[in-house]
Amino acid sequence: MTILDTTNVALPAGWLRTLSGRGSAALARAGRQLLLPLTGILLFVGFWQLAAPQVNTSLGSFPGPAQVFDQAGQLWQEHVNQRARADQFLAMQEARNARLLDANPDAEVKLRSYPGAPTFPDQVATSLGTVLAGFVLATVIAVPMGIVFGLNRHFQAAVNPLIQVFKPVSPLAWLPLVTMVVSATYVSDDPLFEKAFLTSMITVTLCSLWPTLINTSVGVAAVNPDLLNVSRVLRLSFASHVRKVVLPSSVPMIFTGLRVSLGIAWMVLIAAEMLAQSPGLGKFVWDEFQNGSSQSLSRIMVAVLTIGLIGFLLDRLMLLIQKQVAWNE
Amino acid sequence: MNSERIRGMTPARTTAHTEVIPMTKSHLELTGIEMAFDTPKGPFVALDNVNLKIRKGEFVSLIGHSGCGKSTVLNIVAGLLQANKGGCVLDGREVNSPGPERAVVFQNHALMPWLTVYENVELAVQQVFRKTMSRQRRKDWIHHNLELVNMAHAANKRPGEISGGMAQRVGIARALAMKPSVLLMDEPFGALDALTRAHLQDSLMDIQQELNNTVIMITHDVDEAVLLSDRIIMMTNGPAATVGEDLHIDLPRPRNRVTLADHPGYVHYRQEVLKFLYEKQRKLENLSQRRTASATTNQQARASDEPGAARA
Repeated sequence: MTILDTTNVALPAGWLRTLSGRGSAALARAGRQLLLPLTGILLFVGFWQLAAPQVNTSLGSFPGPAQVFDQAGQLWQEHVNQRARADQFLAMQEARNARLLDANPDAEVKLRSYPGAPTFPDQVATSLGTVLAGFVLATVIAVPMGIVFGLNRHFQAAVNPLIQVFKPVSPLAWLPLVTMVVSATYVSDDPLFEKAFLTSMITVTLCSLWPTLINTSVGVAAVNPDLLNVSRVLRLSFASHVRKVVLPSSVPMIFTGLRVSLGIAWMVLIAAEMLAQSPGLGKFVWDEFQNGSSQSLSRIMVAVLTIGLIGFLLDRLMLLIQKQVAWNE
Repeated sequence: MNSERIRGMTPARTTAHTEVIPMTKSHLELTGIEMAFDTPKGPFVALDNVNLKIRKGEFVSLIGHSGCGKSTVLNIVAGLLQANKGGCVLDGREVNSPGPERAVVFQNHALMPWLTVYENVELAVQQVFRKTMSRQRRKDWIHHNLELVNMAHAANKRPGEISGGMAQRVGIARALAMKPSVLLMDEPFGALDALTRAHLQDSLMDIQQELNNTVIMITHDVDEAVLLSDRIIMMTNGPAATVGEDLHIDLPRPRNRVTLADHPGYVHYRQEVLKFLYEKQRKLENLSQRRTASATTNQQARASDEPGAARA
């Protein structure tokens, strides 16, 4: 229900009111819930259907909705096939190992994972994992730092210019630096994480921590002075003061920052994966682009729509969490 | 210089409080308080040589025009502000930081909006009595205080879900729950409508009758001051404000606002305060602004045809 919340269709809602006139408020409400978003989507698909064949590229004409839908099905089918093969591979491996152990209990058996290429859903899962890791790291850094900056005016004044300068930096500018630093510093024979994962994750963190940092510090600095006095009269210790007064009071602001941060994290991740060739949706798009088959554009379009849909769902998820946590909702 | 002159001009009828109250019984004592705030135009002297002695169980109102430093006095007693000169001694100990033994009731309740009514009081009780009360006793104590202000029924509501008057009751309950030796109230009923205010004043009188707390209350409302107080401290206008007059309200308790309305004593006290606020303080203000002579005459003219001001 909340996923189809009206916030994203605020514009058409205004239209409808003018169209339906007075006395049909209930209808207007129902329409706002379902009818208008659907109309918008249908209009868009229609326009896409008509316009796509007009755009000719070296890989054929731009894919229409039907081809993209087709390709989505195909990508899913590839995934299912791949899974089946993987299961088969593992079953065979197990059987072979069992046979070897039967013959000789001391035999050395090898356990390999299925060597096939990651499918589209695998890439989506990788991207989601990376973005969440980067976002969590950004939150873990930004919220405490924001609290410190918000509590201390001098600190804030000292750090503010740095924040203002680093905030607008594009992920693409960070990426080469992060790549080099990760390559140089993360040296391990048995790495817990892949370097590509770390590079993308750190880039996501660097780009997405700013809104949370700024919002947290603003929220913390804006705590009602009366509440601060209550805290002083009660002689709350610094830790209790932060935990019981400052933090709850700034939760709404922090969450607003977190939602913006997550949106940025998701956008940055796709760009980082494309450039860094680290596994994920970005790499899928880049590979398809390099592949240049007649299906590539459709497949990229599937990725584009998936990216959009996931971004939307992530935002809704944050909104749901915010409604659970924040006292002003 | 200026402030000296103002004090020199204070009418002889003003009773110096030090002569009235026996030294031995003072519970809270302010001595020679001076408070200056830094402003871009140099220091602004808000208070100059404020002296005050308050006995245990006394209900004292601070009254004066806006900007006369009433809140500054209260904040110094609360420990939220530090005086530049002089000091505040409570039960033989100097006050230099805030503490729950000087609980404050703020004008706008200052409840944590994310906590329920119960949790707001609990925050205070937890902090003050964590070591001295068992969990069950703390729970009973919270409920007891909510019942004292008639708010037990809304224990699980958030401040946003109750009216301003109700929230202010909870603010009072929270302050009382700290078992303060002095209860400080900064215009506690200023933001409420007249009926709610009357109702809360009655509740406060009942509570005061029962607990016999020492209370310092800031108010703008002359009726409120006379109805509730044992003493009314009238403050001169700032800058460099100080105690102008100290009026003892010798009316029998329990007091009833309806019967008191006709009581000659009540009328007299009320008039004393009004005189101070609208005659003496106005004159003093004008004297200190002698340079703007024409403005002064205008103000005096306005002062004389302002009988409605009594309601302020």
